[in-house]
Amino acid sequence: MIAITRDTIDHAALTERVRSAAAGAVVTFLGTVREFTGERRTTCMEYEAYVEMAESKMREIEAEARSRWPITHVALVHRIGRLELGDVSVAIAVSCPHRGQAFDACRHLIDRVKEVVPIWKCEHRSSGETEWVHPGLDASPASAPAGKA
Amino acid sequence: MQLRVKLFALARQLAGSDSVVVSVAAPATVRDVRRELGESCPALRGLLPRMMFAVDSEFADESRPVTEASELACIPPVSGGQGER
Repeated sequence: MIAITRDTIDHAALTERVRSAAAGAVVTFLGTVREFTGERRTTCMEYEAYVEMAESKMREIEAEARSRWPITHVALVHRIGRLELGDVSVAIAVSCPHRGQAFDACRHLIDRVKEVVPIWKCEHRSSGETEWVHPGLDASPASAPAGKA
Repeated sequence: MQLRVKLFALARQLAGSDSVVVSVAAPATVRDVRRELGESCPALRGLLPRMMFAVDSEFADESRPVTEASELACIPPVSGGQGER
């Protein structure tokens, strides 16, 4: 199950969804909005997606994981729009016969989501600045707070 | 031919629009689209060398052919691609 949503992610329901008598292990990963990155203080985060491609990439990633581990069920949901501190931005629940498989598959899924799914985040900071997070991009100037440009 | 390129995140912010139309002569490839995007949208020039392109929701290399039927998108580096594990 793959989804991109603007709503709060019900991660408990997602975990419940993958539970099965065929599986001996369920691993759920939650990505949440962090307040501090070094000295920088985030006040909220805005996520944007190229939705059609993001869904297609998430389906590919699911297929890739299923080809490597004996996954019973998997659920992968990413939230977009404005998120507050502590909010869940991404949730991945995986069930497998054994725990090692479930941990490995879940780790692989989140790493691949971060690498290839076209979803971006814009940090809003306590200084009033906003900055798109584009790793490796030098030319990503933080925009000045309104009125101080 | 006229091709519409979708823009996201910082590219969208710098261009001030969620898409830009570029003119390229057929037959054309992603390389032509990248070049013309810099011509028609100077605000993106500094970013373009680091942008990926997608054709019909698939990452595409420079030699990938594009047509008027292609859905084109300029893809900035994604959030957690490196260094954040």
